[in-house]
Amino acid sequence: MGLVLLVVIWLITLIGSYFIIAKTWWLPVGASAAAAGIDHHFAVSYILMGAVFILAQLALGWFAWKYRDRGTRSEAAHYSHGNTTLEIVWTILTVILFVGLNLASEPIWSSERLQGAQPGAVQVEVTAMQFAWYFRYAGPDGKFGATKPELEDASLGGAGALGLDPADPASKDDVISGVMVVPVNREIEVILRSHDVIHSFFIPAMRFKQDTVPGLAIHMHFTPIQTGDYEFACAELCGLGHYKMHGILKVVSDEEFSQWLAAQEAEKQ
Amino acid sequence: MATHDFAAHAAHAHAAPQGFIRKWVFSLDHKVIGIQYFFLALVAVFTGMFLSLLMRIHLVWPNASIPFIGDIKPETYLSLLTMHGTIMVFFVLTTAPQGGFGNYFLPIQIGAPDMAFPVLNMLSFWTTFLGFIVLVAAFFVTGGAPLHGWTGYAPLSALQSAGPGEGLGADLWIISIAIFCIGALMGALNFITTTLDMRAKGMTLMRMPLTCWAWFITAILGLLAFGVLLSAGILLLMDRNLGTSFFVPLGTVNGVLTGHKGGSPLLWQHLFWFFGHPEVYIAILPAMGLCSQLLSVFSRKPIFGYRAMVYAIMAIGFLGFMVWGHHMFMSGMSPYSAFAFSIMTMGIGVPSAIKTFNWLGTLWRGKIRFSSPMLFAIGFVSLFVVGGISGPFLAQPVLDIYLHETYFVIAHFHLIMGVASIFGIFAATYYWFPKMFGRMMNEPLAKTHFWLTFIGAYAIFMPMHYYGMAAGLRRYSQGTEVAWINALAPIQKFISIAAFITIASQLIFLFNLFWSMFKGTKAVDNPWEATTLEWITATPPPHDNFGGVTPVVHNGPYEYSVPGAPKDFVMQTDPSMGDKDQKKGKH
Repeated sequence: MGLVLLVVIWLITLIGSYFIIAKTWWLPVGASAAAAGIDHHFAVSYILMGAVFILAQLALGWFAWKYRDRGTRSEAAHYSHGNTTLEIVWTILTVILFVGLNLASEPIWSSERLQGAQPGAVQVEVTAMQFAWYFRYAGPDGKFGATKPELEDASLGGAGALGLDPADPASKDDVISGVMVVPVNREIEVILRSHDVIHSFFIPAMRFKQDTVPGLAIHMHFTPIQTGDYEFACAELCGLGHYKMHGILKVVSDEEFSQWLAAQEAEKQ
Repeated sequence: MATHDFAAHAAHAHAAPQGFIRKWVFSLDHKVIGIQYFFLALVAVFTGMFLSLLMRIHLVWPNASIPFIGDIKPETYLSLLTMHGTIMVFFVLTTAPQGGFGNYFLPIQIGAPDMAFPVLNMLSFWTTFLGFIVLVAAFFVTGGAPLHGWTGYAPLSALQSAGPGEGLGADLWIISIAIFCIGALMGALNFITTTLDMRAKGMTLMRMPLTCWAWFITAILGLLAFGVLLSAGILLLMDRNLGTSFFVPLGTVNGVLTGHKGGSPLLWQHLFWFFGHPEVYIAILPAMGLCSQLLSVFSRKPIFGYRAMVYAIMAIGFLGFMVWGHHMFMSGMSPYSAFAFSIMTMGIGVPSAIKTFNWLGTLWRGKIRFSSPMLFAIGFVSLFVVGGISGPFLAQPVLDIYLHETYFVIAHFHLIMGVASIFGIFAATYYWFPKMFGRMMNEPLAKTHFWLTFIGAYAIFMPMHYYGMAAGLRRYSQGTEVAWINALAPIQKFISIAAFITIASQLIFLFNLFWSMFKGTKAVDNPWEATTLEWITATPPPHDNFGGVTPVVHNGPYEYSVPGAPKDFVMQTDPSMGDKDQKKGKH
């Protein structure tokens, strides 16, 4: 029985680790400035935790076989209540490992979440509602027009869905889109809102995720460094249509972005 | 010797109360109440597992129609996952290890005739039972069961208009949890008082089996955590029915104003997770205590580092209340507090690692007997390790940005809180069944059950890590809409097939349980040659546990293979070692 345990535990460890090492199913290629740092920290964590995982499982399987009861052929079990020195050593080692790993990731968290967007970042307001996403750009005046909950009507789409107040002059040039278009290599400041329940804006390729919470306007930022189309999806249970609440982020050149924005403005007139 | 005296007395013990109702229904006997909790959890676990079976079918064949149930719509799927989580967390993982085995064996292991408050004990069981009935009723009301997940995030859980199932079904869900909390609070008071006040002579705190330490600390966690959940539940109920706005800010659903304003959705999350994270330890600590016990018994060796184990249980309990914010890194909570919660969470990995090292240290140079309880204990260690090492990924906000709400999280908490705890429950069942029912369970069936479940658990949950690494999102009733999730469909198919086999193999356990109750070979009083007090008394134990004799304890719980001793185990009541652990002040 000890041998079977050894074989099964070791095999599981081998197969389980293989798919991680081979990266058979893995993160999509990172396309934001933060991705490289995050991916590197993933790799460091995998190496350290993977080593703990493999060593612990190997030891477990090995001990199960090596110290099996072989009747009279094995000696009596070793009578020991433990070893205080060993306890202290592995406690300190674990503290160093866990706290060290945590501290190593702090700079990334600081730059992503403790510092706000730089002045001059492209502002996009992201609004979530059951079960759609809307993206709003402030337009030439650089100001978002006021929105009012009592004006919201999802069936109208666009400005109506957002409850944009036509009485506010700042709302006149606001551009509203169902697709998120942003320029490459520019910092994007997103202002995340929700009308009804909690949703979560998740763009895997940007290594970006943030809940949208009704009643809050959450300011976050990321910098795309690669043009292309990237799918995003809702990552917080929001009701029966949760599974189909997804969309496309288009990262384009600065020029194309200006053209697109101008075309949207023109369409409004 | 001591063993025979107790068994002889116990055999002539006073009869339990007569009459079916007083004896088996409204019993005050902690052993009967323990068995009641066990069977409640058994019904609950098969209910919860059946729901997961439906979910696994739907994920692979979304258009399949289930006989007697019909089509599974997206909202049905969400109801299934809500009820699966709620049933499993509350009525299985909290009910069986603590209410079931804790109730039955805590008093016996500390040498007490019963719990401190038998009437309260009876009330806590029947309260829990009522909670289960109310929860299941949610399936049968208009609109069906709620779809807001077991975490019940507001405003989704607070607004009737937010989706099907958010009407009466959601009210019943909240009421059920509130009732459960009341039962759990009564139980916690009982466990704490019993442990502190009812120990037999010589049973010092540092001579208690680690199972008792685990039940004791679990009860303290329960006392502090369930009160908060109860309050949160009442506030949510008021938001839903009395027009208050604790958790709901100004907003609309489908363009219609909700009528609420000023509430905070994050407040619900703080209250819920202040309960929710300690709850993880409420589920796993008893399994840790039990597996420590079993590794020692079946390795024929003292537990490695008894004191370190006790301090680790305390540290886990203490730190468990300071880490709840790690569920909320992406919630909009202050990013500064995320850093603090992260450090505390990594810190809680330390006592968990200490326990793992000590378990390996216990096996080291042992003389291991592979009886079925031991197989499940070894399986527990393996699963605890794999479930544990994914923790530090999720505990780091930088990595959680990506992993939050993916299947990586599902894999993590199912392995460490679900499967590892369930392995604790299986180990406890195979280990204590002879004492509870007087017969042995069938060993070949038990071993078959172990291998299928152990390999099955890995086959189900290991691939979920990969699914999550590739950004596969949880709580999606179908993966067909989002391109990158659709590409991962083969993983879901593999998981479903593994789940079908593993679920089917649980019928082996069910059969073995009932068959052995009536047809199993008669058990002797101490079949595993273990040292703790439940093995000195008759099988099953009499009404007052020790047949009118109060045991006197002379040893710690893990005196195995003591050099010079006549057998390879020394009972806790055996005076021949002369209380030397007390004289030296430590081991």
